Amino acid sequence: MAMRIVAESARLLGAPRLIPIASAHIDGALYHGDSGTLFAERLIEGGARVAVRSTLNVGALDLMGCSRVRLEEPQRGMARRMMEAYRKLGCEQSWTCAPYQAGHRPAQGSDVAWGESNAVVFCNSVLGARTNRYGDFLDIACAITGRAPEYGLHRPENRRARLVFDVSGLSASFLASEIAWPVLGSLYGREVGNAIGVVTGIGDHPGEDALKAFGAAAASSGAVGLFHIAGVTPEAPNVETVLAGSEPEAVVHVTPQMAAKARAGLSTAAAPKTIDAVAIGSPHLSQAELDMLERLIAGRRLAVPIYACTGRHVLASLEQDGRRKRLVASGVVIVADTCVVVTPIMPELAGGVLMTNSGKFAHYAPGNTGYAVLYASLADCVESAIAGKPRFTDIAA
Amino acid sequence: MSAAAEILVPGKAGEGEALVLTAPISFWGGVDPKTGRIADVRHPQHGEIISGRVLFLPGTIGSSSASAVLMELVHNGRAPAALVLHEPDAILLLGLIVAREMGWETPTAVRLGRGVFETYRGTTVKVAEDGAVRAIPGKL
Repeated sequence: MAMRIVAESARLLGAPRLIPIASAHIDGALYHGDSGTLFAERLIEGGARVAVRSTLNVGALDLMGCSRVRLEEPQRGMARRMMEAYRKLGCEQSWTCAPYQAGHRPAQGSDVAWGESNAVVFCNSVLGARTNRYGDFLDIACAITGRAPEYGLHRPENRRARLVFDVSGLSASFLASEIAWPVLGSLYGREVGNAIGVVTGIGDHPGEDALKAFGAAAASSGAVGLFHIAGVTPEAPNVETVLAGSEPEAVVHVTPQMAAKARAGLSTAAAPKTIDAVAIGSPHLSQAELDMLERLIAGRRLAVPIYACTGRHVLASLEQDGRRKRLVASGVVIVADTCVVVTPIMPELAGGVLMTNSGKFAHYAPGNTGYAVLYASLADCVESAIAGKPRFTDIAA
Repeated sequence: MSAAAEILVPGKAGEGEALVLTAPISFWGGVDPKTGRIADVRHPQHGEIISGRVLFLPGTIGSSSASAVLMELVHNGRAPAALVLHEPDAILLLGLIVAREMGWETPTAVRLGRGVFETYRGTTVKVAEDGAVRAIPGKL
């Protein structure tokens, strides 16, 4: 069955052949309804097992017991059966949307089959490995067969940039701020859609967590599978190389007004007086991001909870020196293996307002949780959680 | 109007009121898999139900779980009557491919240029098993 799914997809996409893959990241183990559980169990009945290293994206339950998921029976049992089925297929119990920060980093130029839109874009853009945007079910089918259709981003000629996204018109202080990356990612995704672009006008490497935030936002507002940043990402030592000698088909000159509009578009709540919660960690928080959270809270008590979503790969170090205890005592809810927009964790609240520093949460929270969102930097999220009402620092684009 | 469309994924013939989306959508996070309602508050067709409609899609964005949402809609009887896409969508259509593997009855997905989508707005559309897309005269 797995090979039929791979072959049928190859036919649909016009791929001439299948190629071997080095690894997979599986996004199909998140419960959306019984159909996905039945599919995974059908694979097991057929004796399937993954042929290559396969990490798992988030599930619908927090198996580490950090947070309480409000999923009722029978859905809860079906979600657990689904997670169990993927374990039986031989997948690693990573349960994170940031596998690239949990030790799964394929080599530059290698072919892999990754699902989860932010993981795909990071894998292609920051690691330089080659994957298409694999949808749920094709990722596991490729992992079982060890093969993927040869098309799209597996082919080097399809990886060059065709558009230029120039941010040199923005202020240095904005570009150096944390919010620049989710805001620009959101704008980038909307501007380029599924095309491949190169960002120009970035001086220094902004750090891996910034690229993670940019890619996640871009892959939410657009169909972005690969971006380049001149002088930063591995396939773009400079603009000329990544354009492969061709003129760009379009150049987007990002103005401060465009950035301001994109930033405003990440919020859906209109000037609320209070907030009900803060959610961070989409993609899952890294060790460095949790360190920053701890420093910003500085032992103070929160008026509303901060839901901090992360992977089990970060939990061990969080247990050291009582760090997790201190965060929880302040009012932080650690969420592991899953996150607050994929499964019901936050209380159901008509008219609830959620603040976030994640472009991806800002995109999906209104539809999935019913909360209106307010977008802000991590520092402002923390100050707002302490005050129980929105606090904004002015950062002009 | 009528057109002979290329079949992307074969399925059963379907008939329903046209729903022409004016912006690309992420099925995951954008469509409720239980009800078929467009849940993305930023989408121009927010609140519309896609179940039983002939869905004209100008493109898809966002999550790689679009396939899982579409398969769940098929499994619980809330799928569109047919899907009309501007180009083959590697993620979304997997939902139909895998549902067929599971032995569930799936709607047909066909390809038409997005330039003609608007001509079907406000009509009842029939998509035949051979890919013929036709607005039914005399019906809304």
